Amino acid sequence: MKKLVVAASAVLMLTVGVALADAVGPNDVAMADAVVAESLTGVAGDPAAGRDIMINRKLGNCLACHVNSEIPEQPFHGEVGPPLDGVADRWTEGELRAILVDVKQAMNPESIMPSFYSLKLGARVAEKFEGKTILGAQQVEDVLAYLMTLKEE
Amino acid sequence: MIKVGGIFAAVGIAAMLASLVSPALADPDNNQLIIEGELIVTDVAAPDSSPLDHIYSGWRFRSPETQSLQMDDFENPGFVAVDAAAETWETADGSEGKSCASCHEDVSSLAGLRAELPKWDEATNKPATMENLINRCRTDRMGAEAWGWEQKEMVNMTALISLQSRGMPVNIQTDGPMAEWMEKGKDLYYTRVGQLNMSCSNCHEDNYGNQIRSDHLSQGQINGFPVYRLKWAGLGSIHRRFKGCMENIRATPFKRGSDEFIALEAYVASRGAGLAVETPSVRN
Repeated sequence: MKKLVVAASAVLMLTVGVALADAVGPNDVAMADAVVAESLTGVAGDPAAGRDIMINRKLGNCLACHVNSEIPEQPFHGEVGPPLDGVADRWTEGELRAILVDVKQAMNPESIMPSFYSLKLGARVAEKFEGKTILGAQQVEDVLAYLMTLKEE
Repeated sequence: MIKVGGIFAAVGIAAMLASLVSPALADPDNNQLIIEGELIVTDVAAPDSSPLDHIYSGWRFRSPETQSLQMDDFENPGFVAVDAAAETWETADGSEGKSCASCHEDVSSLAGLRAELPKWDEATNKPATMENLINRCRTDRMGAEAWGWEQKEMVNMTALISLQSRGMPVNIQTDGPMAEWMEKGKDLYYTRVGQLNMSCSNCHEDNYGNQIRSDHLSQGQINGFPVYRLKWAGLGSIHRRFKGCMENIRATPFKRGSDEFIALEAYVASRGAGLAVETPSVRN
């Protein structure tokens, strides 16, 4: 049994390793007409993980600015950006991926929204975050998978 | 009829949900700040140079509970610092055996000072903040050691002196030698910083009045500083607040007392021209 677990985790680690190695780097994301058509990792996003990232103040913290009534258990939702209810009805997967990766390139260079998978950062980035994107490639895919579940129609 | 009832029920549930997930506040409220029977102006038409039409004190964006703490000097936790500073004011320090009172007599002689800071200082050829002026008194006149920017004695003293100007409109020089510093401060105000890549203006000009998660965004006015922040459980300087904002945006902050923060303080003060000094204000 122990052997099996070890073997299983080795396989898991291998999978993650492959996924990381295959992830498109933030400078190499192909965006055309405000669409990023290809997955950043080739590994399907996990909507449950994406939901957690959206809530987590140190990760996506999407609720800081967006109302999302699918997460009523969290008390404070911001109102800086548009509500996320039904967001998958309004945008395609490729469009949402582009908005998550770099909203300033995809939609509006003046946007207040952080670019979650870009190295075009502000001045004086704190040492701890230098050269790092806000989210990892798979985390972007996870958030995207969750957003694609937000349908009203 | 049943259908209408159903719609009403649905609307009711939606409203309940909305009240749970959406912010309770939006624009600044209409409450009036009255302290000791005196009305303190918390909104005025914006100064000509401002991109805004109307400017509001941060007090107007706070909850009624936080607001009320500032409406009574006995309840205002900032007054512990004021009382401590009043003692320091009378206490001799340094090689010259002088206290603040030795030269300035009653602290009320400094009424009006807060409203015009930072102001041009010929001696150093740059703008002086209240901290700069206090430390010059200490080193040059009293023969005492300079205080640290955020040292308790310093913050307390800036609160006591600023309180003498409470109710007076912020009126800072922006022309002459200050013009260059205003430009420098303005550049900083609109420069995006940090991994989150935001400028002061993204929140405090474009989005004041909006909720950012549990926080109600204000215009970032500094007329109430030093401020008693419930989050700090104490009083803090303008530069401490700037530093906190930059850290939130995941940027390396400038140093307290740096030329950058002095320029930013001067520019932000100019954006609040006409608002009343509120020190010591209470915020969350």
